[in-house]
Amino acid sequence: MILEEVRRIEADGTERTTSVRIGSDMSPNVDGRGLLVLPGLIDLHAHLREPGYEESETVATGARAALRGGFTTVCAMANTMPAIDSPGLVAELAARGRDARAARVLPVAAITRGREGKQLADLVELAAAGAVAFSDDGDPVDDARLFRSALEYAHAARRPVMEHVQDRALSGRGVMHEGAVSAALGLPGIPAAAEESAVARDIAIAKLTGARLHLQHVSTAGALELVRHAKADGISVTCEVTPHHLALTDEWVGGSRAFVWEPMRGASPPQTPQKVEDDPQTPRGVPYDSATKVNPPLRTAADVRALWRGLADGTVDAIATDHAPHASFRKDVEYAEAAFGISGIETALAVLLMAVDAGMGELGAVVRALTSGPARVLDMRGPDDLIVVDPALEWTVTAGALASKGKNTPLLGRRLRGKVIAAVVEGEVRYRDETAMQGRAGPPGRIKGAEAIARR
Amino acid sequence: MTWSRRHVLATDDWSRDEIELVLQQSEAMLEVLARPMRRTPALRGRTVVLFFAEASTRTRISFELAAKALSADTSIITASGSSIEKGETLFDTVRTLEALGADIVVMRHGAAGAPYFVAERVSSAVINAGDGWHAHPTQGLLDALTLRTSLGALEGKRIVIVGDVLHSRVARSDIHTLVPLGARITLSGPATLMPSAWRCGQLPAGVAFEEDVDRALDGADAVIALRLQRERMDAGLLPSLREYALTWGLSEVRVARMRPGAPVLHPGPMNEGIEIEAAVAHGPRSLIERQVTNGVAVRMALLHLLSTTPGAPAARGGGEADRREGKEVAA
Repeated sequence: MILEEVRRIEADGTERTTSVRIGSDMSPNVDGRGLLVLPGLIDLHAHLREPGYEESETVATGARAALRGGFTTVCAMANTMPAIDSPGLVAELAARGRDARAARVLPVAAITRGREGKQLADLVELAAAGAVAFSDDGDPVDDARLFRSALEYAHAARRPVMEHVQDRALSGRGVMHEGAVSAALGLPGIPAAAEESAVARDIAIAKLTGARLHLQHVSTAGALELVRHAKADGISVTCEVTPHHLALTDEWVGGSRAFVWEPMRGASPPQTPQKVEDDPQTPRGVPYDSATKVNPPLRTAADVRALWRGLADGTVDAIATDHAPHASFRKDVEYAEAAFGISGIETALAVLLMAVDAGMGELGAVVRALTSGPARVLDMRGPDDLIVVDPALEWTVTAGALASKGKNTPLLGRRLRGKVIAAVVEGEVRYRDETAMQGRAGPPGRIKGAEAIARR
Repeated sequence: MTWSRRHVLATDDWSRDEIELVLQQSEAMLEVLARPMRRTPALRGRTVVLFFAEASTRTRISFELAAKALSADTSIITASGSSIEKGETLFDTVRTLEALGADIVVMRHGAAGAPYFVAERVSSAVINAGDGWHAHPTQGLLDALTLRTSLGALEGKRIVIVGDVLHSRVARSDIHTLVPLGARITLSGPATLMPSAWRCGQLPAGVAFEEDVDRALDGADAVIALRLQRERMDAGLLPSLREYALTWGLSEVRVARMRPGAPVLHPGPMNEGIEIEAAVAHGPRSLIERQVTNGVAVRMALLHLLSTTPGAPAARGGGEADRREGKEVAA
């Protein structure tokens, strides 16, 4: 199939209009006008839950969900049961990924044995078995001395350490961002300082060791500022932000369902938090919806804007989904009891495209942060995968529309604009939205070359 | 003003008119309670389930008396008496409540937001009798009723709330009830027990923060002392109870800084000698016993109003006759 006149955006963010061959089949050409062709997206951070939590996700369902979201490569986090802390488990995870024949699955191994934060895992051996990075994600390595050793060994293994940055003494029993909204809702807060003090510690240790440190899901303006300074000082630090931290705020815990750019479109943002119900345009949900519970928590609008600035100036290296699917029984409970996490790998790209449409950032910067940026964090060459996106296609987020087993997203019921309609991995079309593709087949003659192919 | 709410979860989105309506109805209920035969048939044949997943004696008995005074049938689910302690989830309880076919569920729960969870999933009307640190709407309303009886209209009145505001659903509901009635609130207490946003200037409308309780009390129209939970000390939020009593406790000398005769309230149960001196708690300014009586009246008013909500399950079977009867009671 050949797509005529598509906008093709490269991993460096540049774009041109061209024809692109998708796969090797002889199906009629498609009018590509209005479509985007992007390099396959790379997700540095996803939870595929296998082994141990198969009721929430499996490697196969997660890899298929990833592909539908445009991610042809996903890094699978190690917080499974058992944790991915031995070469055998790394190899098994990679094999299950290959068997799924969906997105490419790259195993991330645990930093410490059993992710207990007590004793280092055999990092060099894990890297040899195929681990692309190390992370105890879900938990930080609390012990600074152990974290130093981890960076030293990861350096020897030539892999980055991906750290979940959180000072657990400060975050305590918090369940949402500590601020005006947590004060009103009476929920224990996680202060921005819990992230910022951990980022400061980790940067200091990265400087000490010279190893590659990657900070996961950075969510506050202050944390990003620390990363900016560290980069300016030449410290080997990279960071990622998530789509939900680029679009949602802590107001969502109180029931707002307006993307950060929606209430203030064309206007300067209010200095003090306004009651959301004052704006009749603002969609409302139910307060205390556990689908909004995520760690790090949804922050303030000021933090969201700071993340977009970081994306524009290169402080942010990657957008990673932190896809965290959960079986309903882990979420259908009181807010304080619910598991942390948003199932986000299938909605990420649409949300980001809508943000770009709303003027939050440049498409080129977003594409870089989803392709060449994460490739650089992993020190790998970007694969030749391609995805085709219809940026105008609207769809509603429903449990049924998601391939992931995790339906835990606060976007349920929302209409999104932008959908992946095909994904090519390793030269093979592994995902194709047939209805969307057929809808693109215009009247005969309008599609160049269609007749010639039909006669064969 | 007509009543249209299906649930009473928090008063943070209530209009002044709605609050006024409940206070008026509560005053009518006070008259019922003053009768020798403290009972009306307004909720005859209806079932009120009291679901208390957190220990409470005062609030539970207050609701029980209110429901009985309206002739409702009541049943009680408590943490110790049910399977909640054996690992039953809130969702399981919701299914039970739904199967029981309760008209009104009154619930107390340790988790903020739990009543929203239940209200989403049952067809009964839900009254929040306290959820975590979030809200205790009947306490806010009964405090408003108590203050209004003592001070008259609350417009322009300055009311001080002293103590552990961070962990206090009472403080939040007092703010959400008193501010729409025109009162201004001054919060005072240790910074460790104050929401950080409120301490740092991001305060709700009509609310101020003054760390120094003496300055907060100067010229105030009333004070509400909050209960201090002893476990706050273990969490490192307080050096000692003695330090708290000396710095923020309501002593006779302190309350005298308010306007002459300015009343003292406390949601109970009190730690006498810690957040409030015995002489203040039982002195001439104290409205603490009055709060208890008003609590029953406010809860009667809400139970009754919820049975009049058009289309609400609590109103089912309640025909025009019942509603007329109900109105008569409240008139």
